[in-house]
Amino acid sequence: MEKILQMKGITKRFGNIIANDKIDFGLNKGEIHGLLGENGAGKTTLMNILYGLYTPDEGEIYIDGTRVKIRSPNDAIELGISMVHQSFKLIQSHTVVENVALGLRDTSFFYPHKQIEKKIKVFSERYNFRIDPNALIWQLSAGEKQRVEIIKAFCRKARIFILDEPTTMLTPSEAKDLFRLLKLLKGEGISIILITHKLDEVMEVCDRITILSGGKRIDTVDVSNVDKDKLARMMFGQNMVLKERQEYSINFYEDVVLEVRNLTVLNDKGLPAVKDVSFDIHRGEILGLAGVSGNGQRELIEAITGLRKVTRGSIKILDEDVTNIGTKGILNRGVAHIPEERMRMGIVPSMSLEENVILRNYDRAPFSNSLLLDYGIISEYAKGIISKYRISALNEKVPAGTLSGGNIQKLILARELSISPVLIIASHPTQGLDVRSTQQIHELLLKKKEEGCAILLVSEDLQEIMDLSDRIAVMFNGTIRGIIDIDRANIEKIGSLMVGV
Amino acid sequence: MLEKYRNLGLSFLVVILGLFGIYLVSGISPYIMLKSIIISAFGSIYGLSETLTKSIPLMLCGLGLSLSFRSSIWNIGAEGQLLMGAIGATWIALYVMPNAPKLILIPMMFIVGAICGGIWALIPAILKVKFNLNEIIVSLMLNYIAIEFVNYLIYGPWKSPYEWGFPYSTKFPISAQLPRILDTRIHYPTLILALVLAIFIYIILYKSKLGYEIRVIGDNIDAARYAGLDIRKIIILVLILSGGLAGLAGVGEVAGIHHRLRVASGISSGYGYTAVIVAWLGRLNPFLIVFVSFLFGGLLVGGDAIQVSLGLPGATINFINGLILIFVLVQSFSKIRLYSTKKGAER
Ligand SMILES: Nc1ncnc2c1ncn2[C@@H]1O[C@H](COP(=O)(O)OP(=O)(O)OP(=O)(O)O)[C@@H](O)[C@H]1O
Ligand SMILES: [Mg+2]
Repeated sequence: MEKILQMKGITKRFGNIIANDKIDFGLNKGEIHGLLGENGAGKTTLMNILYGLYTPDEGEIYIDGTRVKIRSPNDAIELGISMVHQSFKLIQSHTVVENVALGLRDTSFFYPHKQIEKKIKVFSERYNFRIDPNALIWQLSAGEKQRVEIIKAFCRKARIFILDEPTTMLTPSEAKDLFRLLKLLKGEGISIILITHKLDEVMEVCDRITILSGGKRIDTVDVSNVDKDKLARMMFGQNMVLKERQEYSINFYEDVVLEVRNLTVLNDKGLPAVKDVSFDIHRGEILGLAGVSGNGQRELIEAITGLRKVTRGSIKILDEDVTNIGTKGILNRGVAHIPEERMRMGIVPSMSLEENVILRNYDRAPFSNSLLLDYGIISEYAKGIISKYRISALNEKVPAGTLSGGNIQKLILARELSISPVLIIASHPTQGLDVRSTQQIHELLLKKKEEGCAILLVSEDLQEIMDLSDRIAVMFNGTIRGIIDIDRANIEKIGSLMVGV
Repeated sequence: MLEKYRNLGLSFLVVILGLFGIYLVSGISPYIMLKSIIISAFGSIYGLSETLTKSIPLMLCGLGLSLSFRSSIWNIGAEGQLLMGAIGATWIALYVMPNAPKLILIPMMFIVGAICGGIWALIPAILKVKFNLNEIIVSLMLNYIAIEFVNYLIYGPWKSPYEWGFPYSTKFPISAQLPRILDTRIHYPTLILALVLAIFIYIILYKSKLGYEIRVIGDNIDAARYAGLDIRKIIILVLILSGGLAGLAGVGEVAGIHHRLRVASGISSGYGYTAVIVAWLGRLNPFLIVFVSFLFGGLLVGGDAIQVSLGLPGATINFINGLILIFVLVQSFSKIRLYSTKKGAER
């Protein structure tokens, strides 16, 4: 096998954290290489080093057998490396075309716009990634942004593609299309590194897998020699067992927690994004909201949480009309909100972990009196959260922005679930979580359900929706195409409702 | 640690570069210029006392601006807010309670001055939260209005009949004049006030609920919105505080130094603008701001000195200040960009 890339003895420290500890990593020409490991294992760091975003403290990188120094993403692009990032790196106020153009070299001097727009159209039709090339980034939902990141990386010719959790917000069929594309590229001799927490995906597309744990490389194995259970044990130790679908009762109470009636909401362009939508969520019920992103889910959630104005219709929480009373009023009625974009909406990156943990209740006892915050209590509380949710961080004082993607997600979940909510609005709650944390969060959501919480679960991961929901509402083009009881639902049926059939 | 003060060190280099530029135009050697700046500002008791005197308004304005910049609200109106504070103090001292005893009159002047500065900053705040108008432009424009307002008062209704036609207000009664240290111009009550406020602002920023909200909004306004923070209320509060502090600086100038209202350029030699630089160079840290104010006080004193002794135009120091500001802004904004693309400061 021809080695295209060799990373030798890569070490990277952040203060006292060793994110990468003498890691060796080799990539063959024309292979799909999975990179696996629990949250905070050091996957993104290793790839950021390869992409020139970080310089390693120790270690060497060889491409085609020659030693290279990659000092910036520019160097990486020059060497034929392209990356789909875990957290979006798109420029909010620019269009999709402009964002794609930013990474391109070989564009014509005149009217590059038209050329790129065409490229995007061809790509999105061929691989089924619906996207409006002229939409502004801030108008897009997280799922759509993920597609833009993917298109951006693939519009650039490269020999090595790095994909850092590219499928967290794709529907199963979109993920399939992406993998079809990856296999095609592989056939052309292109090498791919895929980071994902979904073991099924790994088993389906990868040739080899490297497992990291606590910054160290555990092993590199051929896919044919392992199964999902073995991978899980390699990542989390011998007593880790993968659970099948959680058993839970699909009974819920009669009383309605969230009542949405004839809701109409406009999108950022002033066009109706949610059209005359009505539904209820009951106490102890998980309602799954399925749909391809960009069909009004984002606007619906923003309306329910008071972030977006309701133009027509009403929203009631526990029989109280909360239409257009504003975010604070709604959240204060016991609504937890796990937003779709954790970096942009969920945390304050420069502030410490402990300060982020109290973002929802900093203004209450015991965290503060009428004027001052009590950092002693806050720090004790944060320590508790860190151990309960297994957030891997040096301590509670580190800036939240330095946590790994999955650990940021855990931080947000921990914060929102600990306000004792009556209603939980969860967008992709387990995005970026490793298998063990995903199981933990699923158990937690089910426990909240048993305690009587009403939960709106938004996800494009149909499996997750099927695993947890009592009823499933499918959204298409701003309307709800039907609400199905779980015992009569199957993936095919929902999948077809999602595309409007 | 070194990293922290790199900006200060580099600014010193920028000063030298600026001096070199002036050399090219004027032919006066940068070495001589630097030497006379440093000696006149820090080389004698008189120089030091003047430096300290000039650092007082810089501290107060800089502290106020740090609150506003921390919340990513770009208040450029400290100059106007300072002048409104001066007007408020004059009004109290001459027209509202000129006969009140010192212990009542002086605090009243500070309080009303702060309120006037606060109200002046409230205008951009309200226009921002109600109509989404850019606070930079509004607060900047209000500076010119404040300047003209001062000038209108002293050429018009408040012009003193006892000043042989000079554009001055009547002199303040003794009870409205701040005590000074010996025969320097250091009006120490304002200095002490500024130092106490530095501690106070540190506590606000890092220990209080308001400070927490300020930092959340300043760093990620989206997260603030998602968490249901009352962003409008906080913006208004921050700008009032910011303007109030600048207003205090204005009170200090008229009550401590001039003892009357006079033309705007006589009350403030651009303290409100210099404070923008001070706040940034002080990395928005209250204690560092106090220190940087002192350095810039020295630069202003030295600037005056080289103007007289070397015959350089008065704009010389503004030129150097401008250079530093541009330099600091480029520095801090390139850092912000790096931060967001790297998703965390690399250490
Ligand atoms: N810029 C940084 N500053 C400080 N610490 C960092 C920084 N980036 C990463 N770390 C730390 O390095 C460790 C590895 O992080 P990394 O992002 O590589 O994990 P990961 O394997 O990608 O995890 P996930 O699956 O959650 O994305 C974590 O403990 C993280 O807190
Ligand atoms: Mg990662």
